[in-house]
Amino acid sequence: MYWNKEMECISEEQLRKIQLERLKATVKRAYEKVPYYRKKFDEVGVSVEDIKSLDDLKKIPFTSKSDLREVYPFGMFATSLDEIVEIHMSSGTTGKPVVAGYTLGDIDVWGEVMARCLTMAGATKNDIVQVAYGYGLFTGGFGVHYGARKLGCMIVPASAGNTRRQIEIMRDFGTTILTCTPSYALYMAEVAQEMGIEPTTLKLKAGCFGAEMWTEAMRTEIEKRFGLHAYNIYGLTEIIGPGVAHECVEKKGLHVFEDHFIAEIIDPDTGDPLPAGKRGELVLTTITREGMPMLRFRTRDITSIIKDKCTCGRTFLRIERIRGRTDDMIKVRGVMLFPYQIEKAILEVQGVEPHYQIIITRPQHLDEIEVMVEMSKETFSDEVRHIENLKKKLERRIEEIVGIRVKVTLVEPKSLPRSEGKAKRIIDKRSLNE
Amino acid sequence: MNKVFIISVFAENKPGRLERITKVLTESNINILAFSITSTNGFGVIKFMVNKWKEAYDLLKEKGFTVSLNEAIGIEMKDQPGGLYEVVKILSSKGINIESASVYVAETRKRAYLIVEVEDTVKAMDALKGENLKFLNPEDIK
Amino acid sequence: MQFWNKEAETLKKQKLRELQLERLKKTLRRVYQKVPHYRAKFQQAKVKPDDIKYLEDVNKLPFTTKEDLYVDYPFGLVTLPIEKLIRLHTSSGTTGKPKAIFFSKKDINNSAELIARCLVMTGAKQGDILQNSMTYGLFTGAFVMHYGAEKVGILVIPAGPGNTERQINLMRDFGTTMIHITPSYALYVASVIYDKGIDPRRDLKLKRAYLGAEPYSEETRKKIEDMLGIDIYNCYGLTEMNGPGVGFECKYKAGLHIWEDNFLMEVINPDTGEPVKEGEIGELVLTTLNREAMPLIRYRTRDLTRIIPQPCKCGRTHRRISRILGRSDDMFIVKGVNIFPQQIEQVLMSIKGVAQNYQIVLESYDEMTVKVEIDRELFDGKIERLIKMKEEIIDKIRSATMVKPKVELLEPGTLPISEGKAKRVIDNRTI
Repeated sequence: MYWNKEMECISEEQLRKIQLERLKATVKRAYEKVPYYRKKFDEVGVSVEDIKSLDDLKKIPFTSKSDLREVYPFGMFATSLDEIVEIHMSSGTTGKPVVAGYTLGDIDVWGEVMARCLTMAGATKNDIVQVAYGYGLFTGGFGVHYGARKLGCMIVPASAGNTRRQIEIMRDFGTTILTCTPSYALYMAEVAQEMGIEPTTLKLKAGCFGAEMWTEAMRTEIEKRFGLHAYNIYGLTEIIGPGVAHECVEKKGLHVFEDHFIAEIIDPDTGDPLPAGKRGELVLTTITREGMPMLRFRTRDITSIIKDKCTCGRTFLRIERIRGRTDDMIKVRGVMLFPYQIEKAILEVQGVEPHYQIIITRPQHLDEIEVMVEMSKETFSDEVRHIENLKKKLERRIEEIVGIRVKVTLVEPKSLPRSEGKAKRIIDKRSLNE
Repeated sequence: MNKVFIISVFAENKPGRLERITKVLTESNINILAFSITSTNGFGVIKFMVNKWKEAYDLLKEKGFTVSLNEAIGIEMKDQPGGLYEVVKILSSKGINIESASVYVAETRKRAYLIVEVEDTVKAMDALKGENLKFLNPEDIK
Repeated sequence: MQFWNKEAETLKKQKLRELQLERLKKTLRRVYQKVPHYRAKFQQAKVKPDDIKYLEDVNKLPFTTKEDLYVDYPFGLVTLPIEKLIRLHTSSGTTGKPKAIFFSKKDINNSAELIARCLVMTGAKQGDILQNSMTYGLFTGAFVMHYGAEKVGILVIPAGPGNTERQINLMRDFGTTMIHITPSYALYVASVIYDKGIDPRRDLKLKRAYLGAEPYSEETRKKIEDMLGIDIYNCYGLTEMNGPGVGFECKYKAGLHIWEDNFLMEVINPDTGEPVKEGEIGELVLTTLNREAMPLIRYRTRDLTRIIPQPCKCGRTHRRISRILGRSDDMFIVKGVNIFPQQIEQVLMSIKGVAQNYQIVLESYDEMTVKVEIDRELFDGKIERLIKMKEEIIDKIRSATMVKPKVELLEPGTLPISEGKAKRVIDNRTI
């Protein structure tokens, strides 16, 4: 099923032509309207005319999150404020937030790419879409909302939180598509069970889950608990919000909507482009954005490009699921480690729940990792000896996957903090200044 | 080994609550041997060990208090450093979780009892049977 | 004077009545054909759509009450197949379930259209920046305003409520010119602005505020206007009727214009159901005249007001009502959310360990305290159980009403037992 077959299955040659045309227009617009870009271009001696092919994209300097903060609030806008109809922001954990401004045209593009995403998940206008991403300055709720609106689905704007109410609504209104963060989906399954509602009896058939990193094993878990198809969605406020890329029915990588965004993978240390199949940092360029064109934005997300043709018929390239963040890739005893690796081990072992927290300390000179994992109810009431065995098994499995020893602590069911949005998985207690 | 009984009274955190309860007990000549208060934001539970628990329970109930009678175990502690530790160590080694506790000083500087409420009194008493512990006999406090 | 749709807003009285009658007839035929419940109600009242020949005939029709919204729940009053519905919004009900209101594409567009009229009526135009500090989600308030502002071409900052520090930063950094907010939160934000040493007249660009979802007095309006140096406009609406935008003040701030081409209004005596004399206080009854997915006929809003019959200086022919003066039922509002005591009661009845007696105490518009006696028979002396029970009460009330309450557990017998209907809501707030 396609939302816009003509575009989604466009020939490679046609696509490149469109991309180049749009890239040129975007570069021109950015240079003329945004002093920040003009300055950057001038600094490296690149002019608008130098961009003659898609390959010339590499000549353009990167844009980083801190660049965006410097020009807060309106410095990246390429239109007058009159033309901007909506503002969104990503929460800045440090300093100023990043601001995104949308023209009516941008909102329309956002609706278009999100409609494609929902269609990929199997949604039609007959579906009831529950939006359990937060609404407000955060892009999650609005993005899905605009897509579902374009598609003509019935929208249930539940927003995040009030979990019992979410479940009652799913039951009473027969929600068929659920959209939220994957960790919140798992939490909902748990609460549903507490309420005496078996999640598989709900009418959910598919879900678009994103806004945080998750794993294949977690997908299996969500699919099993709700009896639905779980799809991976990707996006970020700086580019547009959710809707940059989404999985098709094959669930083998996320198609990037290349008629609106150009994806590159670079080595995060050198900035050099990496070939397809190699993991590195995803860099995105918007080629249709009016309000706030974004040239070579460093997403800090780690993934790789899958070049092979997808059996679904879409020509857009795919990226594999996000494998980590350049900035929350944890380096422990010199080893690169990502939370998803630990999650994988946890989901493989019977007797524990997919709720965990990774605590990193440096008691003397060596880093130590403690992984707190919730036991399942059954395990919890089991004999101490069994619990000991389970702990050892987990420690062994994690060591096999990440290559270093960690300490596993099994904790009581439901004792780790739950989140209604992005789960906080890592607590880094190392103080590196000593 | 015999159970002893604790009287628990629900009370809002307001001045005069403890006074009202103790007044009732005093008027009926009931002696409070041990007591504890657990309170949280807004309300609390006051616990008493008294000499005539059945009488006290009926009386408080009749006077309109929200009251319950709970089983407990009285374990003798040595009145010396480490006395409490010795007892608690044994309880924890048996996996017995203390839900609430108070202290009854039977003879000053000589004999004291740790009065504990646990989840399952019978099971806990069973577990403690073989230990070198002395227990409070309800007959002793009548 | 600016207009968004001058023709519709200044329609001659006679023309307006003709339009109303035409739309009323169409709406009646629609519900009679498509909604079995309406057909049954009409038949019971021995009235057919064709019997309605003049606007005055409307009082032959039966009222719709909130109980009707639960017949064949949730889709019972819907006139379109589900695939034509594009939005669900909910509002508190007296049962465990919320009232469910459905919108078609045309309905959503129309609700935005009415808000566009409202905003322009107060002087807003393209170039303005709206900070929308109402809750986005199942409530209608934030969304309808958002769409209306978008229609006018106003920049919307979907701030949502809360995080006051950030609200103020947004106002300052983005040069917010208008804000949509509840009166109680507006008062709080204004006081924080002062505490931070910000001079709103110098440091902010705020020109006007739209206050709704809670009752407030003329004095409160004056106070916030003086504090912030802005104009405040009263807005009225209810989820059952699109949400905000049913009635709105114009520049003259002397009553709220009801968009009579979209809503037929009556004011009745809540006890007898008979119309009151024009200008007298009674319960507002509304009939949707331009709604597709879920038309409502003679819906009892339970809001008390009166019609202001005199023409308005602004030139709009749509009549005004006074600000809402109270309720004809026991609903109350906290944090802009409608709450019925029955909702609280149902939650309490589902929890083991609490007695039947309870009281809801209201001291301000952003907090409700639920006092409940514990069950003497089920008291087992364990404080953990009580703490858990208190948490369960908080959790379930929040889930049922969307507002997190303060809960006090009381000794049995401490709440007054009144004869007959117990007085459950102690409202110490002054409007």
